[in-house]
Amino acid sequence: MVIELSNIKKDFGKHKVLKGVDLSFSEGKIYSILGPNGSGKTTLMKSILGLVKPSSGAITVCGKDAINDFKQREFIGYAPQIARFPENLTVNEVIKLVTSIRKQPSNPDPLIQLFEIDSFRTQRLKNLSGGTRQKVNLALSLMFDSKIYILDEPTSGLDPINRIRLKELLLDLKQQGKTILVTTHILHLAEQISDELIFLLEGKIKYSGPTEELMSMTSSENLEQAIAKLIQQQTEKEQAHV
Amino acid sequence: MFNVFKYVLFDLLRSKWSIVYTLFYVLSSSALLYFANSSTSAVAGLMNIVLFITPLVSLLLGVIYFYQNRDFAELLLAQPIRRTQYFLGNYLGLITALIANLLVGIGLPALLISNETTAFTELSILILSGVLLTLIFSALALLITLLNENRIKGFGYAIIIWLFFAVIYDGLFLMLLLYFNDYPLETFALVGVILNPMDLCRVLILLQLDLSALMGFTGAVFQQYFGSTFGFVTALTSGLVWVALPLAFLIKKGNTKDF
Repeated sequence: MVIELSNIKKDFGKHKVLKGVDLSFSEGKIYSILGPNGSGKTTLMKSILGLVKPSSGAITVCGKDAINDFKQREFIGYAPQIARFPENLTVNEVIKLVTSIRKQPSNPDPLIQLFEIDSFRTQRLKNLSGGTRQKVNLALSLMFDSKIYILDEPTSGLDPINRIRLKELLLDLKQQGKTILVTTHILHLAEQISDELIFLLEGKIKYSGPTEELMSMTSSENLEQAIAKLIQQQTEKEQAHV
Repeated sequence: MFNVFKYVLFDLLRSKWSIVYTLFYVLSSSALLYFANSSTSAVAGLMNIVLFITPLVSLLLGVIYFYQNRDFAELLLAQPIRRTQYFLGNYLGLITALIANLLVGIGLPALLISNETTAFTELSILILSGVLLTLIFSALALLITLLNENRIKGFGYAIIIWLFFAVIYDGLFLMLLLYFNDYPLETFALVGVILNPMDLCRVLILLQLDLSALMGFTGAVFQQYFGSTFGFVTALTSGLVWVALPLAFLIKKGNTKDF
């Protein structure tokens, strides 16, 4: 397993965001992490990256402790949800900065060509549109030959053409044996690219497994229906308890 | 750390705030050096500007900058870099940019306009005080942004800290001196000055300008104390403690903070 989480709990004061999450991610697969707003998707991803310190539990990335050892991050390429950069730096300078911090060879050119941002390379980031900044964000996370890519809402701000390009790129990376974790609200995209789905609800895993299995389990025709049924089941359970 | 330092420095030196800050010092120091009768009166005038403006700009620019790059911090901290290196890189970048602004803003007009040899020492101590204030209040700015996710609260704290040291502290200090007028207050006055970095820098500059006689009894006490090696070392140490404490707290909090 490339990433393993065991009994991860995270509280922000009284608010329990993750309530005992056990998960494992294997090589050469795309995982989509789904769930309503505030279900703990981003906290889960940030815990793997060491950005959020879990209240209890253990996380290993490529066999190394991911909570206390910062070096495990050399295996991960990360695209945050909000693409904001230092205003007065150019695209080229940010690429150089991240490369110099990571001390790994980077290959941004194919991504720059793919997302057609070559003409923006010498422009300051404050002058770029939200969509272009998102493309830079994706290029920064995918330009290293990492074992794992973690992408938080990667399609936000992207036009349909670039969404398709990204989808094809992720499928290609999967073929190369990379592990890809994606959070998205676009269920259609999750259905198309994911090998496995993780559905989080109120800090607990409601479903984890192959996409087709979820559909047959809930007797649904598409992912949207399947997720709706999962939420409905949960609501019914809660009402039965009351 | 050096990579983070370099990007913060370049980013800040290119920002319009940085240019405005430098121009402000260029204009005010040129005007004072050009129109004042002597270098001493020019430095005394500049002193008031440096003592109030340097901490205010360090706090506000620091808070604005670190809040602006809050999302980028997430991206960088997700790279294989120690958090301590990241925070120190940010701090060094900010202070280097602000000190460069100060040096150009005061140093350049001084070199071009001032022709008195005595001005050199006086201006040096003024710039040194500005540097010390930049070091202290930039560390406080970084600490404020780390401890407060809410930007409005962060700005509020920055302004309250500045108001406290620039105005409120002196008011309270004077009230206490008046209230306990009948007691020997030399040690209390010295400790009171050392505990406020803005007061500490003011006294150090005034002593250098040989204007301490204007301060009466307290001036004589300060002259006697800060004039000695022990006094100077204490003043310098307390200044450095003011830098080290927020930085140490920042590193401790930064290592456990959730981003």
